[in-house]
Amino acid sequence: MLKAAGLECMRGDRILFSNVKLELDAGELLHVKGLNGSGKTSLIRMLCGLVMPNAGEIFWGGESISDLKEDYLANLLYIGHHLGVKAELTGLENLKINAALGGHPISEDQAWDALEKIGLRGREDLPAKVLSQGQKRRVALARMLVTKAKLWILDEPFTALDVDAVKMLEGVLNDHLHQGGMVILTTHQAYTPPKTTVKYLQLGEAT
Amino acid sequence: MIEAMRWMLWREIALAMRRKTEVLTTLFFFIIVVSLFPLGVGPEKETLSQIAPGVLWVAALLASMLSLNRLYAEDYLDGTLEQFLLGAQPLALLVFSKILAHWLLTGLPLVLMSPVLGMQLGLDVDSILLMALTLLIGTPALSLIGSVGAGLTLGVRGGGVLLALLVLPLYIPVLIFGSGAVDAARTGVGADAHLSILGAISVLAALLAPWASAAALRISLD
Repeated sequence: MLKAAGLECMRGDRILFSNVKLELDAGELLHVKGLNGSGKTSLIRMLCGLVMPNAGEIFWGGESISDLKEDYLANLLYIGHHLGVKAELTGLENLKINAALGGHPISEDQAWDALEKIGLRGREDLPAKVLSQGQKRRVALARMLVTKAKLWILDEPFTALDVDAVKMLEGVLNDHLHQGGMVILTTHQAYTPPKTTVKYLQLGEAT
Repeated sequence: MIEAMRWMLWREIALAMRRKTEVLTTLFFFIIVVSLFPLGVGPEKETLSQIAPGVLWVAALLASMLSLNRLYAEDYLDGTLEQFLLGAQPLALLVFSKILAHWLLTGLPLVLMSPVLGMQLGLDVDSILLMALTLLIGTPALSLIGSVGAGLTLGVRGGGVLLALLVLPLYIPVLIFGSGAVDAARTGVGADAHLSILGAISVLAALLAPWASAAALRISLD
């Protein structure tokens, strides 16, 4: 489904990585590895179409993502370092707006359900600014429970989460993969989903 | 698509209602700048009513400038802007909704406040109404043009000053035809031509600015 070849990224005069090649099919997980500063986030943003590659191209179902534009983005869920959670809005409002703008609008009930499942019971309608870092991240991650997107691109999804939340997130990821979804993630934590093809992509020198 | 635009509009207005200071800052800035003129120039009614249209328009430009910095900056910092770019809707539509909300929250209050300030400067009733009308037609252009500048200067250090240098020259046509309308009506030429041109500027800006802003935002996030 997702295919890329010859990707090159330059930041200033420095080449971060070049000739990166990857391929991902339904039900597979791609774990992007590398030291700090090796270009993991740049690669991830490139795969989302936020950053233009200096060389190479990315294909979704055989078509270039720069031609597909919104048709590709409708299949994509991206959660990065910046969570995209507005401090003044409540968890519910954040989730509903993000889902609607992502192209998969949800009902009030679905939003309540998702936030309860993600472990924010009783805090659904508090403004996000009074939530802790981990709870804010849960608000962002709640989108994974309601989205219909096939390809999930997650940049360090486990950061700031407690043990229970990590376990739950792993469960959500496993379910998604079993249903034929695709996941690309970067993480420094050990995570291997069962019965799933896991591919690794090493950027820069291996540790 | 319409759904997404409605959500965006609701979001912007909800955010503004939860931190009212921003909306009020713009409005009070406008009021204070206009109120300084009688103190500086002197209280002669003749002089004041002569310069009133220009004063009101210049103050409106500056007030609108003041609020532009924050149009995209916060969404950029907390990552919501990224999510807009990755949304399933054309970015220009979302940008258009954002600009519309910006005008409703900063432009429209200036229009509504202008009659009171017009009276303070000794304008007659006809001029006051005409003045409010020019602001109503012209201020959308300010938000639209400003949005392109805000997109281009996003994430740039010292972006505020750069934004002013970039956007104020583009505001000049709006200023000329906006403040010129009242003078034209006073001298008996009629303000129709001015109002038409002002309307044309706003319509043209509404057609082009959302696309230009969307392109600018994409560049800023690259």
